[in-house]
Amino acid sequence: MVENRPILNVVTHLVLILGIAMVALPIWITFVAATHDEARMLQAPLPLLPGGYFFENFKQTFLGSGLSGSETAPVWRMLLNSLFMALMIAFGKIAISLLSAFAIVYFKFPFRMGFFWMIFITLMLPVEVRILPTFEVVADLGLLNSYWGLSIPLIASATATFMFRQVFLTIPDEMLESARIDGAKPMRFFVDILIPLSRTNIAALFVILFIYGWNQYLWPLLITTDTDMTTIVMSIKQMLEAAEQSPQWNIIMMTALLAMIPPVFVVIAMQKLFVQGLTETDK
Amino acid sequence: MAKIKLKDLVKNYDKVEVLHHVEGEFQDGEFIVIVGPSGCGKSTLLRMVAGLETVTSGEIFIGDKLVNDLEPADRDIAMVFQNYALYPHMTVRQNMAYGLKIRKISAFEIDRRVNEAADILEIRDYLDRKPRQLSGGQRQRVAMGRAIVRDPQVFLFDEPLSNLDAKLRVQMRLEIKKLQRKLGVTSIYVTHDQVEAMTLGDRLMVLNGGYVEQFGTPIDLYDKPASVFVAGFIGSPAMNFVPTELKNGKVALPGGTTIDVASKGAGEVVLGIRPEHLVANDKGAIEIEAEMFEQLGANTLVHGHLKGTTHPFVASVPGHVSNESGTVMRFDAPKEQVHLFDKSTEKRLED
Ligand SMILES: Nc1ncnc2c1ncn2[C@@H]1O[C@H](COP(=O)(O)OP(=O)(O)O)[C@@H](O)[C@H]1O
Ligand SMILES: [Mg+2]
Repeated sequence: MVENRPILNVVTHLVLILGIAMVALPIWITFVAATHDEARMLQAPLPLLPGGYFFENFKQTFLGSGLSGSETAPVWRMLLNSLFMALMIAFGKIAISLLSAFAIVYFKFPFRMGFFWMIFITLMLPVEVRILPTFEVVADLGLLNSYWGLSIPLIASATATFMFRQVFLTIPDEMLESARIDGAKPMRFFVDILIPLSRTNIAALFVILFIYGWNQYLWPLLITTDTDMTTIVMSIKQMLEAAEQSPQWNIIMMTALLAMIPPVFVVIAMQKLFVQGLTETDK
Repeated sequence: MAKIKLKDLVKNYDKVEVLHHVEGEFQDGEFIVIVGPSGCGKSTLLRMVAGLETVTSGEIFIGDKLVNDLEPADRDIAMVFQNYALYPHMTVRQNMAYGLKIRKISAFEIDRRVNEAADILEIRDYLDRKPRQLSGGQRQRVAMGRAIVRDPQVFLFDEPLSNLDAKLRVQMRLEIKKLQRKLGVTSIYVTHDQVEAMTLGDRLMVLNGGYVEQFGTPIDLYDKPASVFVAGFIGSPAMNFVPTELKNGKVALPGGTTIDVASKGAGEVVLGIRPEHLVANDKGAIEIEAEMFEQLGANTLVHGHLKGTTHPFVASVPGHVSNESGTVMRFDAPKEQVHLFDKSTEKRLED
């Protein structure tokens, strides 16, 4: 719609500005809170303009022990843990679902559709539902307090498998036939043709899965007892509940601010591919 | 370069037989065209030779080797697909080199072959472009380049020109023919277009409903079509057919006149005459009530029907002719240009 009506312009801008304000205000408050000292954050009214303690808070949070008087790991360590977990989940999910979609679309084997439906049905069983048995298995394997334990149970993904299946189905059969005549064996076809052709979809999925992994809360909470293994999202929650003291908002908000940075970075870095992956149809 | 031999080939899709006992022997360096209407099994036959479809029964030989159980890559063939099937994420050069790279041919040799093919096809300037940056005709050339660099024993083409516009199609047709002559590689070319088939093929295999109707040179097919189907399929405009009766070396026409034919037999027949073989003659036996005149410049197509019937009939006369609609025009049919087919089997009656 290309229309030129001044009133409409004003209204559309107002709506957009309102929307941005609604999204941005909490982030602004988080930022402001991270720049004041502890005492100021306990007084009413809540400050709306930044204070002068940003670097002190940053140093204490990022490098120091975080909350005074509690036994948490420094935030850089938590960020690293979260990063490892999110990356392992994202890469693991993508690798597994690419391979299973490849098998389902390109190979004829007995009970093929049976396997497809089995994978599909696991959609009904997210971690939260199967958390106790999964915990038992992971504990028996001795994977508590490890990156493997944090990521492997979250890696199987019906959604991603299904998505890649749809992507592969849009690739014309002649592509496979042409590769067969060229002498490409199945894995070669997979690596040389299928993966490059699914590149944008992989990027889009990577963004979504990275954020999914980054935001995991319940599972890390359950299987990490070692403070060195805590992830940032779960520790924000723990900081709020730190015993016998009033919450140190400046530190908590600084942690939250730091927790937002990696997902934002991933989104910005992948933005172009991400948008292509969600919208492009032509192969 | 190699001979190809098809022995008693049968193809089933889920119990349905789509190709019935196909036989054929193609000579070294021959350009074979498989032609027939859509759905007759042309692609299936070609893909069986390529190794993309399994053989239900029968044997395929390339050279002297039985290839039934060989992977496509081990059959020493190259194929050009209708939609070209270029790898969209690779440049033209990479597309052409991919098969050679898998074969572990040295980078130097790959480069030499790609450049040579690019020169032959005049695609040197686009070697570093992606397929999507090329026009249809250019993609077509790249697809052929990919086939040439492999230096195969056999080229297989599956309707390679049908995605091009008419003018380009004619031009590419000539180029394919020239290229095949130059390289001398045995080729099998599938098309539903009889003009393409006639102009390209050394020999044509006409398929209909999974049966080979006739296999011969274009001239054979034109002069001595083996069945009503081939007679109607080859040649443009199509042959005229009239069901009639054969007696004492004559056939009767609906208008009461008769024409002489070479055949001595008797019985129910289908008479066939090509429009271009009708000779205008005021005393001719064939009377056509003209309805429409199509001016083609060099000649004129007279569309009408046999007088006194609703049987459509077309005649092609030299020069410009134009008459009132409804005019009756009379033609003769030279004896040697008249085709007779058995009415029930639709097979050609031998003279
Ligand atoms: N994969 C398939 N499964 C079942 N039937 C098929 C398949 N491929 C082709 N057919 C059938 O085989 C017949 C011949 O097909 P095809 O060789 O593609 O025809 P053409 O190339 O002459 O148009 C058609 O009737 C088609 O429906
Ligand atoms: Mg076909």
